[in-house]
Amino acid sequence: MSESDEVWKVNRERDGKRETFESNFPKKGPIGEALAPVAGFGVSLRNFFRPTVTEQYPRVKTPPMPRYHGRHQLNRHPDGLEKCIGCELCAWACPADAIYVEADSNTPDAQFSPGERYGRVYQINYLRCIFCGLCIEACPTRALTMTNEYELAGPTREGLIYEKQDLLAPLGKNMLAAPHPMVPGTTDGDYYRGDVTEPVEAQIDWVREHRPDDATLPDNREQEREASRG
Amino acid sequence: MTATADKSAAQAVETVTLTIDGTEVTVPKGTLIIRAAEQVGIEIPRFCDHPALKPAGACRQCLVDVASPGPDGNLRAFPKPQASCTMTVTPGMVVNTQHTSEEADRAQKGVMELLLINHPLDCPVCDKGGECPLQNQAMSHGRPESRFVDVKRVFEKPLALSSEILLDRERCVLCQRCTRYSKEIAGDAFIDLQNRGAMQQIGTFDEDVLDFDGYRPVGAAAEDEAGRAFSSYYSGNTVQICPVGALTSAAYRFRSRPFDLVSSPAISEHDSSGSAIRIDHRRGAILRRLAEHDPVVNEDWITDKDRFAFAWQNLGDRLTRPLVRKDGELVETSWPEALAAAAAGIRAATAAPDEDEEAPGAGVLVGGRVTLEDAYAFQKFARVVLGTNDVDARARSASDEEQAFLGSQVAGTGLGVTFGELEKAPAVVLVGFEAEDEGGVVFLRLRKSLGRQKIVTVAPYLTRGAQKLDATLVATVPGREASALADLPADVRETLAQPGAVIVLGERAAEAPGTFTSALDLASSTGARLAWIPRRAGERGAVEAGALPGLLPGGRAVSLKPARAAVAKAWGVEALPSAPGRDTAGILAAAAEGRIGALVVGGVSASDLSGDVSAALDAAGFVVSLEVRRSHIAEAADVVLPVAPPSEKPGTFVNWEGRLRSFVTAIRTDAMSDHRVLDLLAREWGVELGTGTVEAVNAELASLGAAGKGERPAAPKAKAPRPSRAVKGTAVLATWHQLVDEGALQEGEPYLAGTGRVAVARLSRATADALGVAGEATISTAAGSIDLPVVITDMADGVVWVPVKSPGSWVARDLRVTAGATVSVKGAA
Ligand code: SF4
Ligand code: SF4
Ligand code: SF4
Ligand code: FES
Repeated sequence: MSESDEVWKVNRERDGKRETFESNFPKKGPIGEALAPVAGFGVSLRNFFRPTVTEQYPRVKTPPMPRYHGRHQLNRHPDGLEKCIGCELCAWACPADAIYVEADSNTPDAQFSPGERYGRVYQINYLRCIFCGLCIEACPTRALTMTNEYELAGPTREGLIYEKQDLLAPLGKNMLAAPHPMVPGTTDGDYYRGDVTEPVEAQIDWVREHRPDDATLPDNREQEREASRG
Repeated sequence: MTATADKSAAQAVETVTLTIDGTEVTVPKGTLIIRAAEQVGIEIPRFCDHPALKPAGACRQCLVDVASPGPDGNLRAFPKPQASCTMTVTPGMVVNTQHTSEEADRAQKGVMELLLINHPLDCPVCDKGGECPLQNQAMSHGRPESRFVDVKRVFEKPLALSSEILLDRERCVLCQRCTRYSKEIAGDAFIDLQNRGAMQQIGTFDEDVLDFDGYRPVGAAAEDEAGRAFSSYYSGNTVQICPVGALTSAAYRFRSRPFDLVSSPAISEHDSSGSAIRIDHRRGAILRRLAEHDPVVNEDWITDKDRFAFAWQNLGDRLTRPLVRKDGELVETSWPEALAAAAAGIRAATAAPDEDEEAPGAGVLVGGRVTLEDAYAFQKFARVVLGTNDVDARARSASDEEQAFLGSQVAGTGLGVTFGELEKAPAVVLVGFEAEDEGGVVFLRLRKSLGRQKIVTVAPYLTRGAQKLDATLVATVPGREASALADLPADVRETLAQPGAVIVLGERAAEAPGTFTSALDLASSTGARLAWIPRRAGERGAVEAGALPGLLPGGRAVSLKPARAAVAKAWGVEALPSAPGRDTAGILAAAAEGRIGALVVGGVSASDLSGDVSAALDAAGFVVSLEVRRSHIAEAADVVLPVAPPSEKPGTFVNWEGRLRSFVTAIRTDAMSDHRVLDLLAREWGVELGTGTVEAVNAELASLGAAGKGERPAAPKAKAPRPSRAVKGTAVLATWHQLVDEGALQEGEPYLAGTGRVAVARLSRATADALGVAGEATISTAAGSIDLPVVITDMADGVVWVPVKSPGSWVARDLRVTAGATVSVKGAA
């Protein structure tokens, strides 16, 4: 008798001692037993009379729940400066290595965010992102949040690597497009505390001087509004 | 621990036994508690403590509980926790760190809280974030919550100490590592602790910044000629040792995070010290370089050039594909086509025009920054394929005397004087060598023995670097170094007779005839040792590899038959060319006269040569250039073969000590080393050069070994020139490279360039008066002139000093002369 036979014998003996399987489901009566093969149709029948859950996407786009993790957005301060400081903490936190950031120095001629540093390159690769939201938790400035936008499919790899301009939040009603100087006399701390609520005249003047055609200047906005009215 | 340590010396060390956190440890007497704790793996938090700096006790982060036996033998505890970085161990001491003593833990937490009170906590925008001792230790030894609710003290940020070094005073924890380093190591006391209390800060004594209300600073900080107050060649080290993000460099500012970076060990390509560095790169681009700890070479420090000058290799003119000249234009082509074109061109250009006329030869010019393997390939290519000894890797002034010296004393002699021996030498005489400008970290080693070493410099004036070494000047007119050495004062001779004394010869010794001869005489009469410290990284390797016209690998003389035969046998060729070769200047002159038909040039900057490079390139029938970038010579070449910069290839630099400093590829690209390209090129002639890989070259070099008896050239015997009579309106030119200047390897780095010294012309008062020069001077030769502001300096009379290649002062290109030449000096209109 070989060793393996020995093992099998032990196993067989053990199996013999084991109790046979007993289901916990209540035992069916004889009628139940007879109808059992077609019982599944009962489920289907029942659902004929329930409200349907099928979504008519893409013809009808149902908004997801408010906290749905959709496409990211890079937010702005109320005066239009970018919130992102290019700190890469989001990239650091990302378990999928989906974010790529390169920072740079703000200069008096090109101030994109309050303080010294801004995100010059910002990419999220939606082929990698798993929408976990860890990046959002990592962001120290609340620059990065998630929108409810879920239509993130496309035919090319490049197309699914979103660049900074694809992720930046649209400019709000009064916001002045960056770059422009900070509100005079403020520090980045004032921005984070929410003390800056809108662009001030000095900033508007600066943009007027450097980019007179900027569409976000109040003068140009007015014209546009008139044009659309007329 | 160190297996090589001398046993008897190790036994002689007095030891002390103490207990740290219940672990008994025995350490040499005089050890600091913090070091003793490290030995048993107990980590004590610290900021100001740095093994290379003297203890300061500035930050108080390393507090521990200490008790030591009193006179009665009973253990007595110190009433308060003590700084473990300043207290040395005593026998029977009992130390309890934060791990075992609540008192110590509380003290450390308290210090951390105090340090963080005024700290801006702006880690997200701080370059140190992610690799910051303050961040890490605040996590491990700090309180989780801050109790400080008031307004923090703010400073303007950042403050530019120089164009490269930025200071964010808010983040500073006043550990004084930077100021101690500047004073103790670099000797550039440009920054110091200033002001008091909450306003205490590091700075340059700039009154506008300090805003002293009511009182004035005691004295202004030292300034350089430009009036800049932090012009140190070693300032980048402060960025690396600052334990917080207070000191940052403009070049790396906001470039990346530690977790983005791939770190590769490397060897600096900037000077002959072969400093160990770390290259940090992201996505194939170098973002910064740091000093690596290498106790035998650069210790913890590197020069700013080593640290910041790396942009050159990725500038817009980087070559990636071979170029061939077609219809007068260089066009990109494939490797096979370029190699074939190069070989065909060289063949045609070196063919005899007529049966009875002599065929023009070929010459090989090599730059001083190629690796040992590359230099070996260049010379083998010249001798085996081109059949000439016209190969020279000295893209600078060179002499036959120097070659005889290198062949007889340097090549194939292995490790000579080392950094450690230089540091311990009782006396050092510097000849044709400016330690700070031309030696890089050699300067720091010499400065380490300040007060314990007598340094004598044979130079036209006492530079600031020499002053920092407390050197004695033997004022010498350039070109007359040989006589200066022969007539050294008796007391200097005496100090040189002490065992271990060293005579250092720089690359400029070749510019003064007789210097090597005289230095050898001096060495043999005093018993001092000789060290040749060239400037460029590849020089010593080129000498070892035999990339000199009269030298074969290992110090064998071309002129000696047994030497040629030995190498020919090893290479498997019938014979080596025996005609004496020309040096760089000779090759250029011969090419200009049409006696050299084809030139192969690798890594040479035309603007470094005082010879007429354009004329040579124009006259040569065919020019092949091996280059990283589209240099001046590449632009004029007929075929350009792209090669890899040091970070993209493996190789070996031989530093001035003779130490092999091998490095591996830091960044993988498809760029090839010079030796591989030459190996491919040689195949066009059907020759197996055998230099395809670093391993192959090294195996061949190893099997060749050093020159045997009767294979070395004779020691040089050159006479010192007689002093020529001064002509009115002229002066003798003294000139050398500043460490930070406009060299090709420093291009593309404006922040570093900003820390360079401004170019000035130096004259003694008497000379300036005799020449009638004040304010600005025009220095001219037949070839051209340069205008520079004059600085009156205490120096040898009849001499004018200008930097070799600093902004506005390109001596080789504009004056076409080297040191020792007579130039005319006029006051500028
Ligand atoms: S949601 Fe998660 S996976 Fe997507 S980018 Fe953010 S951290 Fe990365
Ligand atoms: S999005 Fe937030 S976390 Fe990411 S780089 Fe910008 S500021 Fe930093
Ligand atoms: S700048 Fe850095 S190294 Fe200098 S004292 Fe401040 S924290 Fe220390
Ligand atoms: S490390 Fe000991 S006082 Fe700073």
